[in-house]
Amino acid sequence: MTDTAPTKARVPAVEGLFTMDDPPHLIGGRLSETGGYCFPKDLGGSDPAASGGEVDEVLLSRTGLIWSFTNSAYPPPQPFVVNEPYEPVTVAAVELEEERMVILGQVHPDWSVADLEVGMAVELVLGTLYEDDDHEYLTWQWRPVHVEEGS
Amino acid sequence: MDEIAVLGVGMHPWGKWGRNFVDYGVHAARGAIADAGVEWRDVGFVSGAITVRCGYPGYVAGSTFARALGFTGAQVASSYSACASGATALSVARGQILSGACEVALVVGADTTPKGFLAPNEGRRTDDTDWLRFHLVGATNPVYFALHARRRMALHGATPADFAAVKAKNSRHGVHNSNARFAKEFSVEDVANSPVVSDPLRLLEICATSDGGAAVVVASMDYARRLGVTDPVRVAGISLVTPTYPDTVIDLPYLATDSAAAAEPPDLSFKDSIGARVYEEAGIGPEDVDLAEVYDLSSALELDWYEHLGLCEVGEAESLLRSGATSIGGRIPVNASGGLGAFGEAVPAQAIAQVCELTWQLSGRAGKRQVEGARVGVTANQGLFGNGSSVLLRR
Repeated sequence: MTDTAPTKARVPAVEGLFTMDDPPHLIGGRLSETGGYCFPKDLGGSDPAASGGEVDEVLLSRTGLIWSFTNSAYPPPQPFVVNEPYEPVTVAAVELEEERMVILGQVHPDWSVADLEVGMAVELVLGTLYEDDDHEYLTWQWRPVHVEEGS
Repeated sequence: MDEIAVLGVGMHPWGKWGRNFVDYGVHAARGAIADAGVEWRDVGFVSGAITVRCGYPGYVAGSTFARALGFTGAQVASSYSACASGATALSVARGQILSGACEVALVVGADTTPKGFLAPNEGRRTDDTDWLRFHLVGATNPVYFALHARRRMALHGATPADFAAVKAKNSRHGVHNSNARFAKEFSVEDVANSPVVSDPLRLLEICATSDGGAAVVVASMDYARRLGVTDPVRVAGISLVTPTYPDTVIDLPYLATDSAAAAEPPDLSFKDSIGARVYEEAGIGPEDVDLAEVYDLSSALELDWYEHLGLCEVGEAESLLRSGATSIGGRIPVNASGGLGAFGEAVPAQAIAQVCELTWQLSGRAGKRQVEGARVGVTANQGLFGNGSSVLLRR
């Protein structure tokens, strides 16, 4: 399996869920009437107090604290695309302080469950989910950060 | 809430039989009808729990089972609410009976499941959170079970040995159940020697997917009396609640919780509210309950249910387990049937199977796994996408 192209085009595995900026952000929604957040923007639960149902697009905080974490020791089924040889995918649920919500995501492959703790600070990065001959398909990942100084 | 009578129950043993799901449902239904002492022609309403894995006949489960039993002109309905489907089907039957639309109803669910992980439908469906969680995160069902297990460890000091002890307990119960798939007693060491599926949960702690079927025949209290049944097991409450916004506990199949930025979370979490509703309907509290059948999709989740059902205070599930209270012979046995740990999951049948077990228990017919003197039992269960499920039975 040789790849003669010097670089592959980096594209989101699914459009509209995160920005491709450096640093990246998850694209969430904010209910116009009440100010509650949701993710993904168009698939979040709504607030019954928001009768109109209008949702504005917002970029969500890109740091948070690990609510819980685990891994998938066996390859998940389709539509997950398994890279051979399969390395266990680590998954974290991360609590965003301002949004007061928990968001799931893979953990950057340099970290495994042995490196993580509930309450650990993490930040959002992009990582490769799978590749084909021309593209790297990206998703969001959580990566531990050192505790920031001050606020 | 007015009560209805459980006249009879029946099951097809859980396993990996590979036959048509209709066979299992018919077997269970015939068992329930015979147990009830009624004729199939007496059943005025068939309430089917849907399977989404067996093609069109599964989507119209009510009429599929009715036809297989022989069409009699009975009315039918079919319900789907994932793992809660059986409770939904029971609720539909209760509504028919209490409205006077019928006197006797059959509630039946059965499934033939594929091997391995349950996975979403085919096709690229980027507007389906169930598809997104598999594609973008690789978040299988056990990943969610394990997130909750790890959270319990961090919050309440649960240990992998506690989780393994749940599995060992349920396997001890299950060896006395001829309908269970795994009639084998597993030790804490057996669990510890099984491979990790989603850390900290191991293979023996994750429920398998099984084939199986379960059915109950329910009737109006008047009909039961005319049949000469003076002291039937009764359905005293059914809870099918959805969460209240904002639901701040991550659960499958979502990528995120609701946000509490603009609205405070409700006093009762979603899972707390499932039990609260069923107790309210029955007009009793958790202190009145003699035994419970709960959805141990993983061993660790059983501990959560102790608290959600009010069997103990938050944070005390581990000590309740360690005290032996939730074993048969203890104060409040949980999963006397063996639970999903011994059965595996047959989605549309499982909530009905819980009702079968409680009926056998409350009528003193549970054999070697009998909970002595049981008069009140409660089930708990949950279907993904916010489908609560709990049934309270008493005698």
